[in-house]
Amino acid sequence: MSARTRALAGFAAGAVLLFALAPTVLTDFRLSLLAKYLCFAIVAIGVGLAWGRGGLLTLGQGVFFGLGGYAMAMHLKLADAGPGQMPDFMQLYGQLDELPAWWRPFENPVFALAATMLLPMLVAFGLGSLVFRRRVRGAYFAILSQALAAAMVILLIGQQGTTGGTNGLTDIKGFFGYALDDPVNQRTVYFIIAGVLLALLWLARQLMQSRYGELLVAVRDGEERVRFLGYNPANVKLVAYVVAAGMAGLAGALFVPAVGIISPALIGIVPSIELVIGVAVGGRATLLGPVLGAVAVAWAKTALSERFPGTWTYAQGLMFVLVVAFLPGGLASLWGLVRRRAATPAPTTEPAPLAPEPRKVAA
Amino acid sequence: MTVILGQLFTGVSIGAVLLLIALGLSLTFGQMNVINMAHGEFIMAGAYTAYVLQQVLTDAGMSLLVALPVAFVVAGLLGVLLEVLLIRRLYLRPLDTLLVTWGVSLILQQLARDVFGAPNVQTRAPDLLTGSTTLLRTADGDVSIANSRLFILALAVLAVLALTAVLKWTPLGRRIRAVVQNRDLAAVSGIANGRVDRLTFFIGSGLAGVAGVALTLLGPIGPTMGTNIIIDAFLVVVVGGIGQIKGSVIVAFVLGMLQSTVEYLTTLSVAKVIVFVAIVAFLQWRPQGMFTLRTRSLA
Repeated sequence: MSARTRALAGFAAGAVLLFALAPTVLTDFRLSLLAKYLCFAIVAIGVGLAWGRGGLLTLGQGVFFGLGGYAMAMHLKLADAGPGQMPDFMQLYGQLDELPAWWRPFENPVFALAATMLLPMLVAFGLGSLVFRRRVRGAYFAILSQALAAAMVILLIGQQGTTGGTNGLTDIKGFFGYALDDPVNQRTVYFIIAGVLLALLWLARQLMQSRYGELLVAVRDGEERVRFLGYNPANVKLVAYVVAAGMAGLAGALFVPAVGIISPALIGIVPSIELVIGVAVGGRATLLGPVLGAVAVAWAKTALSERFPGTWTYAQGLMFVLVVAFLPGGLASLWGLVRRRAATPAPTTEPAPLAPEPRKVAA
Repeated sequence: MTVILGQLFTGVSIGAVLLLIALGLSLTFGQMNVINMAHGEFIMAGAYTAYVLQQVLTDAGMSLLVALPVAFVVAGLLGVLLEVLLIRRLYLRPLDTLLVTWGVSLILQQLARDVFGAPNVQTRAPDLLTGSTTLLRTADGDVSIANSRLFILALAVLAVLALTAVLKWTPLGRRIRAVVQNRDLAAVSGIANGRVDRLTFFIGSGLAGVAGVALTLLGPIGPTMGTNIIIDAFLVVVVGGIGQIKGSVIVAFVLGMLQSTVEYLTTLSVAKVIVFVAIVAFLQWRPQGMFTLRTRSLA
């Protein structure tokens, strides 16, 4: 079987699992939870691309998730309120006489839909082109991306009158004319999310298999060598970062109809790092690892924190420590380890760390 | 005029807090290139140390004085423990260190929640530090600063001087600088790199403990108090340039002033965003930070 047929078979199996098995086996409540997890999985595809393949540890994916989510939620709130009306929370706070100017374009569904992806990509392009061009990288980039998340949350909370503050945009009732409390429509939302997930997985696979994908890995492992070969590593990184941002934005937009809320608590530093942990657990440099890891971690969080809230935090922390420190390839690398152990009776060497970073000299 | 001076002092005192927090980081992140996200939790550990000591000793002034060295040792030992158990294995993978230590910080936060309870606690400040000092009398009002803020400023200056002295004149400082500048050459010159790493980590983490004690004078003590401050502190070190304490000192005060000025002109939330944009813009000009060690690497 060639790699392509195997991949096609894998996608077919995934489609059967998501479209046929899950809706029949799971209750409506569990299915809507799965829809939420799949949104995180979509973000994880992008993180896998940027971090696993490109070595860009982005700790601020929540920002892009939030931009997409808020763009979608703003449109849905306006649609709920009806033409010419202000969303309920603005009337509640009563600070404004009319809709703020920057809300106005979101009345248009086409603009709002485009904004869910283009807005995050634009922000990523802006920050990325400034930062990568000046060779700010590694830990510096990680901290800057995290600071972006912190700044975004503070801004959203501070502008309570126009953004809903800490509460965020809640109580979203309709989705392009369909009532969201109807289980049939909830199911449709799930199907849309599952479809987008598969489509983006395919896109990520094409990217990883392409010449560009090779280049991205090369930049991760030896940026200077790539530069000497005549490529500009900044542009290579920028593409991965922007694509990841677009995916996160789309995921945020789909999250809103699936869950009915978007708030600063969903996009700050902590949720942004939680997105990364799923990717690390699953296997950062693989295609499927991040997706499965993100779903598994989100599921474990719900299952454990329902019963033992404190224990979940310990489990999460420990998982982070153990996986990243001792199994940098994630659970996906276990399979390879087991196979190698079975083939050779006495393994002598540890597998090399996934993304060896050249040690900086005295810097 | 009074307003400007008042803002100036506010900026200086914000800067002093930032500096105190960032100082330990500039040692562990700056000198050792280790990103320790649990640094914020060492601050928390220092703050809770002050709280516990006050419960035991009851006298506010006495417990504050005792808390400073005790918190230094408590946070320092936590740091050494972390270094020995985890960070030592990850010296070649700085980004993974960041994630691992974030996991540790989650565990420490939950531990604090289980031991001290989720609600915030508070310490009493000694009487001497509760009032404020008038620095300047002018025709249109006085410029005054809270005594607790003056105390923190003094503490920050003292910490910087002490750290500089240690790095500059003691045998330990000489060894630390040698390891920072060239690990391999230091090792072949007979320096036990592992031991120097542990001591550096002890001092850096201990400073976080001291910062934690200082923060009890400004606000409540809670399990998540560290996470909120740590990002700002990291930014100070990034902008200041790694491997340089003077960079952190200058940047902490500059960022403090910028924050307080923009906050005065607009709002807190807008100020945070503008400071972030200013930092990105600054890194366009000096991507390696304000001061850098000159090396021959391509970075």
